[in-house]
Amino acid sequence: MSARSDSAGELVKEPSVLRRLLRSRSGALGLVIVVFYVTVAVLGLLQITPYPPTEQHRADRLQGPSSQYYLGTDMFGRDLLSRLIKGSTNSLYVAFSCVAISGTLGTLIGTASAYIGGTFDNVMMRIMDVFFAFPAILLALLVVVILGRGLDKTIIAIAVVYTPIFARVARGPVLSVKEMEYITAARCIGMHHRRIVFFHVLPNTLAPLIVQVSLALSWSLLTEAGLSFLGLGIQPPEPSWGVMLSESQGISEIAPWLMIYPGLAIMLGVLGFNLLGDGLRDVLDPRMKRLR
Amino acid sequence: MLRYLAQRLVAVIPTLFGISLLVFIAIRLVPGDAITTMLGTEAGMLTETQRASLEAYFGLDKPVIEQYFSWMSRVLQGDLGYSVRHGKPVLTLILERFPVTLELALLSLIIALTIGISIGTLSAVRHNSMIDLFGRLVALTGLAAPNFLIGTLLIYTLSVYFGILPNAGDYTDFTENPLKNLGQIIFPALTLGFSFSASVMRTTRSAMLEVLGQDYIRTAHGKGLRPRAVIFGHAVRNALIPIVTLAGVELGYLLGGAVIVEKIFALPGIGRLTLNAISQRDYALIQGATLFIAFNFVVINMLVDLLYAAIDPRISYVSKK
Repeated sequence: MSARSDSAGELVKEPSVLRRLLRSRSGALGLVIVVFYVTVAVLGLLQITPYPPTEQHRADRLQGPSSQYYLGTDMFGRDLLSRLIKGSTNSLYVAFSCVAISGTLGTLIGTASAYIGGTFDNVMMRIMDVFFAFPAILLALLVVVILGRGLDKTIIAIAVVYTPIFARVARGPVLSVKEMEYITAARCIGMHHRRIVFFHVLPNTLAPLIVQVSLALSWSLLTEAGLSFLGLGIQPPEPSWGVMLSESQGISEIAPWLMIYPGLAIMLGVLGFNLLGDGLRDVLDPRMKRLR
Repeated sequence: MLRYLAQRLVAVIPTLFGISLLVFIAIRLVPGDAITTMLGTEAGMLTETQRASLEAYFGLDKPVIEQYFSWMSRVLQGDLGYSVRHGKPVLTLILERFPVTLELALLSLIIALTIGISIGTLSAVRHNSMIDLFGRLVALTGLAAPNFLIGTLLIYTLSVYFGILPNAGDYTDFTENPLKNLGQIIFPALTLGFSFSASVMRTTRSAMLEVLGQDYIRTAHGKGLRPRAVIFGHAVRNALIPIVTLAGVELGYLLGGAVIVEKIFALPGIGRLTLNAISQRDYALIQGATLFIAFNFVVINMLVDLLYAAIDPRISYVSKK
């Protein structure tokens, strides 16, 4: 809805979502951090890094930050900044892919489940309950056991974890929207169910889903980092923040920068998506507005 | 109450059935045949006859559905299978490790609730003050920092600045030497506790803000009760419900073993047991442990539901017909 009526009954234009988001402090900060990360990730994708991220400079192992290596080097003499940049590309690629898959699948399942209702809804939700009974990291590990390790498999593993969450988030609003009069009207004029769902139900249930996307991105970042930290996600020498943190174990006493920078990268990334999610919730879903 | 309990028990049966089915199917989906996955590289040394007799012994020559039901009937009798790697029954292994996980879970929950509820309450009572700002900052940091980062930082700080190595040495049982045991478990518990305190803090703060705006709080203030009595006697108790839900879910997860933290601090709990089983491809153990963890989770959630009635007298499970 882009227009509303003011007290005099005249139509006034409501500020766009972006403008309202920028007005909220947390939303604006979140957006800035996310844009920064996406930019860094694109740099990594285009291979614009000071050094190739897996290139070893044996003579310069475990160097502290200097003008030659801005953030120092690791135990193989690889440039930390280059690895951090490429790591953002990998971490964000995993996070975005997971959310794209689980968001689409989960929304379809949740919407279909609520719209069809009855036994189908019951069965689908019981199936989702089964997935909820596993701690996220354990469920992801179970999928890794079946599929094996690697970047694409990590994506599937995390997508499996978040699909039920999207299904639940999508289901709620559909239950109330499908009882609305305009849906009954659409049915009465003989509109096809698929058309009703995609053109009338879904657009009116998007707000909580968009908020969920932002929050799921932050969780996916955390889960990927966790899996990679355990050695079951993205495989070295390919960098990711989790891989880098895991590699810093045992030598962080002599080279603390190896732990600090990837740690900060994860924290700031997660914080950015969390703040953006909170900001979006305030803007898009006034009912869910947090108490300030 | 008993009737409600019975209803809840019946309601969780489909979920438990689904969990068992999922775990069973997941292990069957692992590439390669079951004997190889069970024995690992040693399977290469088997002759055809040995392989066939092993398949018959484990019932692998039967149809899949029959395999599921015979596995399930064994599970219901407490037989979760046999770990070839450890040379012990899976249930024995799990029960050996469970006390460690339980102790860690309870201790971290206590830490999280103590930090979370006190800062959250203070944040709400002194709304928009410096304390509130500090509380919100701590919560945001706690939410954004993964527990393996907090753990790594803690180990770094302790070893570099205090000369303590929290992840070194063999694990000592509580019954053996309580003091040494606590010394080993306190740091992982702090790691998990701080991680989780962030969500407790946020939940407490928003629940308290909501409660503090209610009429009965104003009435309590109006009739001259001391502020402390209003907050602890009226507000906190009413704000507890969402916190109990959160704590219940978290306890369920923690009892599943904090995989990463147990690994960082070298604690022999369920999480590390499962993780090692995964890297050693010990499928009997993976199957048993995941089943145990998921069952735990469902049962804890049911118990939390029952706890609501104890906290909030308005919730009654007795039907009023």
